[in-house]
Amino acid sequence: MANKILAVLEQREGSLKRSAFEVVNKAANLAKELNTIAEAVVVGDAINNLNEISKYGIQKVTHLKNSELANYSSSGYTEAISNLAKESDFDILILSNTALGKDLAPHLSIKLDAACVVDCIKISVSGNEIICTRPTYAGKALVDLKLLSNKKVITIRPNVFKAQVTENSNPPEIVVKDITSANLRSKVTEFKKSEGKLDVSEADIIVSGGRGMKGPENFHLIEELAETLGAAVGASRAVVDAGWRPHSEQVGQTGKTVSPTLYIACGISGAIQHLAGMSSSKFIVAINKDKDAPIFNVADYGITGDLFEILPVLTSEIKKVK
Amino acid sequence: MKIVVCASHVPDTATRVKVGNDGKTIDPAGVTFIINPYDEYAVEEALKTKEKLGSGEVVVVTLGSDNSKETIRKALAMGVDSGVLLKDENPRDSLGVAKALAEEIKAQGAQLIFMGKQSVDYDNSIVGQLTAELLDYNCVSVVVKLDLDGEKVLAEREIEGGREVVQTSLPVIITCQKGLNEPRYASLKGIMAAKKKTIEEKAAASYTPTSEVISMQLPSGKQPGRIIGSDASAVPELVRLLKEEAKVI
Repeated sequence: MANKILAVLEQREGSLKRSAFEVVNKAANLAKELNTIAEAVVVGDAINNLNEISKYGIQKVTHLKNSELANYSSSGYTEAISNLAKESDFDILILSNTALGKDLAPHLSIKLDAACVVDCIKISVSGNEIICTRPTYAGKALVDLKLLSNKKVITIRPNVFKAQVTENSNPPEIVVKDITSANLRSKVTEFKKSEGKLDVSEADIIVSGGRGMKGPENFHLIEELAETLGAAVGASRAVVDAGWRPHSEQVGQTGKTVSPTLYIACGISGAIQHLAGMSSSKFIVAINKDKDAPIFNVADYGITGDLFEILPVLTSEIKKVK
Repeated sequence: MKIVVCASHVPDTATRVKVGNDGKTIDPAGVTFIINPYDEYAVEEALKTKEKLGSGEVVVVTLGSDNSKETIRKALAMGVDSGVLLKDENPRDSLGVAKALAEEIKAQGAQLIFMGKQSVDYDNSIVGQLTAELLDYNCVSVVVKLDLDGEKVLAEREIEGGREVVQTSLPVIITCQKGLNEPRYASLKGIMAAKKKTIEEKAAASYTPTSEVISMQLPSGKQPGRIIGSDASAVPELVRLLKEEAKVI
């Protein structure tokens, strides 16, 4: 069968990530459109929630098992997955555009002699052809790409393709294949977690601060609001460059491109490179003294006022309704 | 040791993107081009590594048209020893870039390669891994901390919610993320010295494209929303809208 699809699933600490179900669902839907089949693969040691994938439309998963591959290894994962893809004639591989997916996809594409397209926000089928839409220039422009190779490795942007539950509730067929000698030329030996903080790239809600915060000592106002909302803290380039906040929080063209459900911009004027990184958020709230700030051009709701007065009230009002 | 830095010549991040007449690429009119910001971290890391080793040579490799020499000169002014321009007038897909770079890295015999984690134009973030796989080199992407000890490589890469410590060995390609270092400014002396350094020009290795841009569009712009008020008295209404209208809290 041509165009067989393989959904490459990501696990951390023995659990499939939320983004893995988005990949399952997208692969299953694409298989329907192309009149082909989709299966899944996961690499790791014991995995506790593999049964859940059938709810999202895939009925068979191959678990490439090795305790030394519990953590990511670019060489080990590349070898194990590309071997499976070759043996079982998979033509299209789909991954999530996470840190792992972004790293792994290009390695796989060379091994499989495939075209590699990352960070897709739309995949359309016309006849037997696949057209991928992806942002460039940090979202300032979108391009439609035609993939010219029979084999394709595609990553999809997290949070864009929502995982829809299908009617099927039978557990999937799980084929366990032991990987006897893993290729560990490159391997992750340790994970250093940032202290209890939610990452902007994975958050549903982001509260971001800019130069209007006037100094790092005032960011507790942002942190308190974020904590109340269960949100991640973000920052503009100006405050990261000034050393007020770590670069892992930076949103924008030289930081992270995000599309949360709610983005609250506090004291951020909205430089074009910042807007590029966040204007695809579903709802945007802007709080800024300057009523002419460009951030108000993309905001759904705005308050033109003093954030030092507004933020504490916002935090306490949200506490009331939560 | 010979160290190669790959640098890309890209539109400034302050650029307002307009679609060109071909409907597939940006209109370059009025656009300022700069060295890709992430490649500055790569240049800095290469120079730091050479300084630490006390010897060696750093070569910057850029793929592009004659205009890209500006980016090579910028790297030379920062302290890189020499440059190579792989000439191609037309934009390439990532694999096309990787093939050209891989060929040059092989010709240079370099075992340690630095480049930015992505270019800020196409945002693919895959050229490092593609190049490494073509050369059968190791690769660590999105690196924020690096320790080299002989053949051994210990790198920290940024992932969701923290950092992964990756252990690997030379030959290796490191793709650099903001936070790895603080790129140095080119001194006046450096800028003067750069004028005497050589830039070798050669044709980029040929390739067959694996993808083709069929169109470029601007995202449908968001309409400005409502200004609810100008002080804290507007907050209850904002909270009501977020809860009842947007249904996001």
